[in-house]
Amino acid sequence: MLSFKDIRQGLLVALWFIFLTFPLLVIKINPIENSVNWRWLNMVYVGSFSFLIYLITRMVMARKLERQKKIKLGLVKEKVAWSIKLFSQPRLYLPLLAAVAVFFLLFPGLFSTYQVNIMITALMYVVLGLGLNIVVGVAGLLDLGYVAFYAVGAYTYALLNMHFGLGFWTVLPIGGVLGAIFGILLGIPVLRLRGDYLAIVTLGFGEIIRLILENWSSFSHGPSGISNISRPGFFGIELSLEMSIVYMYYLTVLMVLFTIFVVNRLQDSRIGRAWFALKEDEIACQAMGIDKMKTKLTAFSLGATWAGMAGVMFAAKTTFINPASFTFLESAIILCIVVLGGMGSIVGVIVGALVLILMPEYLRAFSDYRMLAFGAILVVMMIFRPQGIIATLRRTYTVKGDLE
Amino acid sequence: MEYFIELLFSGLTRGSIYALIALGYTMVYGIIGLINFAHGEIYMIGAFTALVVSTALTIYGFPLLAVVVLTALAAAVWAASYGYTIERLAYRPLRSAPRLSPLISAIGMSIFLQNYVLLAQTSDFVPFPALVPEFAFMEPYAHIVGSSDMAILVVSALAMIILTCMIKYTRTGKAMRATAQDQKMALLVGINVDNVISITFITGSALAAIGGLLIASHIGQINFYIGFIAGIKAFTAAVLGGIGSIPGAVLGSFILGLTEAFATGYVSSDYEDVFAFSLLVLILIFKPAGLLGKATIEKV
Amino acid sequence: MQPILNVQNLTMDFGGIRALDHLSLQVHSGEIVALIGPNGAGKTTFFNCITGIYKPTKGDLLLTPPGKKTKKLNGLKPNKVTEQGLARTFQNIRLFPNMTVLENVMIGRHCRTRSKIFGAIFRPPGTRREEEEIIQDSLDILKKIGLAQLANEYAKNLPYGAQRRLEIARALATNPFMLLLDEPAAGMNPQETLELDELITTIRDDGLAILLIEHDMKLVMNISDSIFVVDYGKKIAEGSPEEIAKNPAVIKAYLGEEIEHA
Repeated sequence: MLSFKDIRQGLLVALWFIFLTFPLLVIKINPIENSVNWRWLNMVYVGSFSFLIYLITRMVMARKLERQKKIKLGLVKEKVAWSIKLFSQPRLYLPLLAAVAVFFLLFPGLFSTYQVNIMITALMYVVLGLGLNIVVGVAGLLDLGYVAFYAVGAYTYALLNMHFGLGFWTVLPIGGVLGAIFGILLGIPVLRLRGDYLAIVTLGFGEIIRLILENWSSFSHGPSGISNISRPGFFGIELSLEMSIVYMYYLTVLMVLFTIFVVNRLQDSRIGRAWFALKEDEIACQAMGIDKMKTKLTAFSLGATWAGMAGVMFAAKTTFINPASFTFLESAIILCIVVLGGMGSIVGVIVGALVLILMPEYLRAFSDYRMLAFGAILVVMMIFRPQGIIATLRRTYTVKGDLE
Repeated sequence: MEYFIELLFSGLTRGSIYALIALGYTMVYGIIGLINFAHGEIYMIGAFTALVVSTALTIYGFPLLAVVVLTALAAAVWAASYGYTIERLAYRPLRSAPRLSPLISAIGMSIFLQNYVLLAQTSDFVPFPALVPEFAFMEPYAHIVGSSDMAILVVSALAMIILTCMIKYTRTGKAMRATAQDQKMALLVGINVDNVISITFITGSALAAIGGLLIASHIGQINFYIGFIAGIKAFTAAVLGGIGSIPGAVLGSFILGLTEAFATGYVSSDYEDVFAFSLLVLILIFKPAGLLGKATIEKV
Repeated sequence: MQPILNVQNLTMDFGGIRALDHLSLQVHSGEIVALIGPNGAGKTTFFNCITGIYKPTKGDLLLTPPGKKTKKLNGLKPNKVTEQGLARTFQNIRLFPNMTVLENVMIGRHCRTRSKIFGAIFRPPGTRREEEEIIQDSLDILKKIGLAQLANEYAKNLPYGAQRRLEIARALATNPFMLLLDEPAAGMNPQETLELDELITTIRDDGLAILLIEHDMKLVMNISDSIFVVDYGKKIAEGSPEEIAKNPAVIKAYLGEEIEHA
């Protein structure tokens, strides 16, 4: 399996990474005592770690090549992905679905308020991920400023609540509509741009919104943010803190269900097909009579609508918001959810959000390395599994007695 | 008038630093059509390496001149190594992938490197030693332009001249230009395209590291996040000049540097970063080919 | 009789290069017209100008759909041109590789159907009916083209010849009265070319006009009603296949002896 050559190559790779990380990982300056702290142990870690990683990738790649060769020769059949196997058989996935439903229904009864709070956060990322999935996963528009629309929603609720005392239910649609309006206003000029430019412009826009929120203090209270935002009302009844968290939990679950319903229907429609085709080939799409701008704009603004609504929910949940919640890193986390889960895959995005948000919460040791891992995930997924952990399958159609 | 000249020099200094970073963006884009999102992080890593090396050498009692030379060398060598490694790991496997895949990979790399430095070193701002001494001959003008401004201007001008000569007159430079025009044809006439791409990353990274070192010594403090803003601004400069064009990157950098200096000097510094971002958005919308770039026609 | 497509003095410049030079061409209803010429003569540029992908520098593009008024195509976006009833295929196949064969054709129905976001989410009866029609119409087209048994395959998994046919199917789904085919026989084996020959004639017999770029002289001579020859962006000859075969300028510029044993 592993030849001597691989081992030698692995050692060279390890040496290279030891060299590469030497100044930053090994040397540390203590400016107060004016002394140098040599952390030689890190060198050993880096060396052995990169050696192992190299050998593992080698092995995996070799096995993959072997398989492809066998498939080509017709010795073995191409493996059907487990996710596809699972979802093609109702006998398998219906009980699983039921179990998941029961779990989420009973969650607040089974776990502490603290856990419920974490789950609400994770579910909000599910909503955000599904919203961005329309834009990035389905329509193929890389939006790096998604968090701007999230901020629009959150500040809409915070400000309307503070100045006019408007409640959650009134502002939820307003937040969505404002998100859509911002999406359209930004979308009209920028959606003409090529994919990579679009990514940078949306990133710039996201940062502009955040910097404005930080600097325009008379409007947004600046970096200190807005506090004491009302929680969602429950038919005018005062809820205890604990009860209101449980209430918020069920609201979020409802929102997730609503989002799944909408995204699912959209994907399987005339508009959804056009989005997907646009991602595949813009020029062919136009030649088929699809209005490129209009179609992109619907996807972009619909994604923004969901971010706006999620923003309102976020403000209602935390009761305090400030610009620090809406940095580029937040957009990157949501993008990471979509990329890890599988672009265009609803189940994938849900799994991706739950894994990426819950894991650091429960594995405390891991939480320091959270962003490091997110960055690595983006790179590794693009190289080894661009379709995400759960790949999508296109819908097949059968017309009664029509297909021979 | 003096204030004006002070701002002028401050603008030129900013412009030179942007140019050193923007060149890396524009060279990589010219050759493989990728916005190397992690390029700002290379600049940051260059600055951090310089910090670590210069402080360590000073503690061990090296004379200033030796510290400066060794630090510059270390910053350039390590940044170049990072640039090379990033290309090998994160971009090369994706060369034939859909256009957005390498960009997403680059974003991942950028986030990874930021947090790598945060974990390996610190999340705080750290003081950076002044590597440029106050030159005696600059004394009479010290109230208008500092010695480190002068050093930045001279060093970056030198770097740009060397780069231009390399691209214009060397074999490697010729190979680079050929690869930028048509990768397949370059391959067919026997150019090792992989090597050319590696050299592009190495050169661009070394330039960015020099920029990082100069600006860190000028400002006096750095942290792991400086690459993000500097990267975006340099990218703005590259786009303004016309991405892919080397003179364009330099021109764009000086325009951006000067406008920023005058805008913050005469108007207000609150929205300094908003200004750069807005400029970026506006250029991409209204003149995506930039000042010196060529508009491309997609083949059907 | 008025031509349905009337191109007058079409000129296209790219920077300093003149890709098309005062090119005029007419297509009449129910005709198969071929546009031939050496590689790089500007044939595909001509298609791109007509279909709105490029904006021509000079000249008029006049379209007269059956029973409607003449309309100028200059400056229309590609999707608007398709809505007028002009559909095209591409020289280097541009299918949607990760969509199924049926879905590729369903995309072609897009511009003839209406349902919007509201309909997609709430699925009122009208939308459901429209969706069923899209599926049915697309299947009918696939049957006609002979790809119905592959309806649920991914487009990228089709053999080359089938991909070319799928491009035609997709173009037909937009309900055109005129079809522009860019080298439909490129890369096909003789058997596939023969089938293509039949397919194109059937489409013509269904009442569509066809404008065709092709290098396969046998196919061109077999099926065309008239032929236009371009070289360096200029028209050097036009006429029936027989006239073109005899035209000395054409033979000199490009056909050579090929015609002799055709």
